[in-house]
Amino acid sequence: MEQQIDWITNLYVFVLASFVGLELIHNVSRLLHTPLMSLTNAISSIALVGSLLLAGSGGSLLAVLLGTAAVIASSINAVGGFLITDRILRMFRKKNDR
Amino acid sequence: MVEHWVQLAYLVAATLFILSLRWMNEVRTARLGNWAGSIGMAIAVVATLGKPEIHSFLWIGVALVIGVAIGTPMALLMPMTAVPQRTALSHAFGALAAGLVGTAEYYLRGRTLGAGATAILCAEVLLGFLTFTGSLLAFGKLHEILPTRPILYPGRNFVSLAVLALAILSAFWLASAPTPHGILFGFFIVLSLLFGVLLVLPIGGADMPTVISILNAYAGLSASFMGFLLNNKLLILAGALDGSSGLILSIQMCKAMNRSFTNVLFGAVGHAVETAAPHRDGRSIQGYTPQEASTVFEGARAVVVVPGYGMAAAQAQHVVKELTDRLSSRGVDVKFGIHPVAGRMPGHMNVLLAEADVSYDRLVEMEQINPLFPETDVVIIVGANDITNPAARTRPDSPLYGMPILEVDKAKTILFIKRSMATGFAGVDNDLFYLSKTMMVFGDAKKVLNELIAAL
Repeated sequence: MEQQIDWITNLYVFVLASFVGLELIHNVSRLLHTPLMSLTNAISSIALVGSLLLAGSGGSLLAVLLGTAAVIASSINAVGGFLITDRILRMFRKKNDR
Repeated sequence: MVEHWVQLAYLVAATLFILSLRWMNEVRTARLGNWAGSIGMAIAVVATLGKPEIHSFLWIGVALVIGVAIGTPMALLMPMTAVPQRTALSHAFGALAAGLVGTAEYYLRGRTLGAGATAILCAEVLLGFLTFTGSLLAFGKLHEILPTRPILYPGRNFVSLAVLALAILSAFWLASAPTPHGILFGFFIVLSLLFGVLLVLPIGGADMPTVISILNAYAGLSASFMGFLLNNKLLILAGALDGSSGLILSIQMCKAMNRSFTNVLFGAVGHAVETAAPHRDGRSIQGYTPQEASTVFEGARAVVVVPGYGMAAAQAQHVVKELTDRLSSRGVDVKFGIHPVAGRMPGHMNVLLAEADVSYDRLVEMEQINPLFPETDVVIIVGANDITNPAARTRPDSPLYGMPILEVDKAKTILFIKRSMATGFAGVDNDLFYLSKTMMVFGDAKKVLNELIAAL
């Protein structure tokens, strides 16, 4: 099966998403830079999708081996990333103590 | 038919990712943003599992259970001071996944890939593996398993660039070869892993915020390139969002340290500035006891605390909060002046102070706090050094010259809490030490602050 890359559509998505990203991140207050980084880190664990496809392909031993390792790694990234972001954000409180 | 639903689910996930960043813009909606992101990820996983290409669930199930079992305690049990190293470790895992998937793709269906597809696969693998080893090394340095000092050897720039050039050359070869070349690809992987190590080796603690941000961008780009290969728009989008976030953060960190971004991209960060001879000029430093220092608060009305990595290292954020509470109860106006690169990752100080329950409206950014220093009675510097050094403004020969700093020298009195007389990361002497309005108090930040509180 010949693998065809849909270059133009993919590049469209890449370029547009980068601009959306730049625009959105630019507005994030410095106060939140640590949780921002741990959130985007969690989002980059989207590599999980590719890992799942590989691990579940039912193909060769190599696919299952590398795929399973990739799923483990990226799910650690995903679960850990979102949980710690929430833990950090829960601490940010404004108190009207005066 | 199923594919349409899967694509629709991916679109929903993509929208949630964008919303999650949108909501991250302010504290009020930030937690919602994180939820949006995690729900997006859950949707993406479920949709992928529904794809007809997935034939076996056994190993997926096992792997997910292991991943959750490791990831959960890592997130919930790690102390807040360990957030930078946890983030580095997390980058390493995500990037490893991208590298492994790319590797398997090459060996399994390399012959069906055209030149362009192979090139993008190589980019994915290169970024994935270099981020993996680079982040592991950063983790080691941040966790202080490895020396935090920059590790330097002669000709290191040449070696790094040669390894990178060799990797790119191999990638060209792989892309132009008509049939897959398993051995060369293996060599390419080794070069990628090696380059990650070389990239982070010469980097010292104070440059970590920039490096972590760059590694964040690389991990995202790697996932995005995987998306090109799989024609998966969700991967491309999510990876690009992460890439742009890392890019912006690293540019901001560079600006805050007055370093050029191109330098950093080529791993030339952390040129350890060989210790410039201290400008002592026969001046001497006056050390005070905490009891003596506590007298500066007599009649003080406006106090600014400037925290740095030393506060994190001494875990002193709770004591700092206690001291500021004590001052507040006396009617003193207390603020915190936060330099963008204070600590080991972007926003590090904010997280620690938030952990200590400091109200976030008291955490003031550099640009807003600087005009307030002339009206500030006392500045308390806890474990910071270079980011307060007036040499950045006044001494063109200083390695710090041009770096934006917190202009604490304009305050009426400076209370400088310092572990020892050692210079800061840049190895530069700080003129603040010799000012007559500066009171140096030597000792562990936590201990000194406790004694200060007791003396108040």
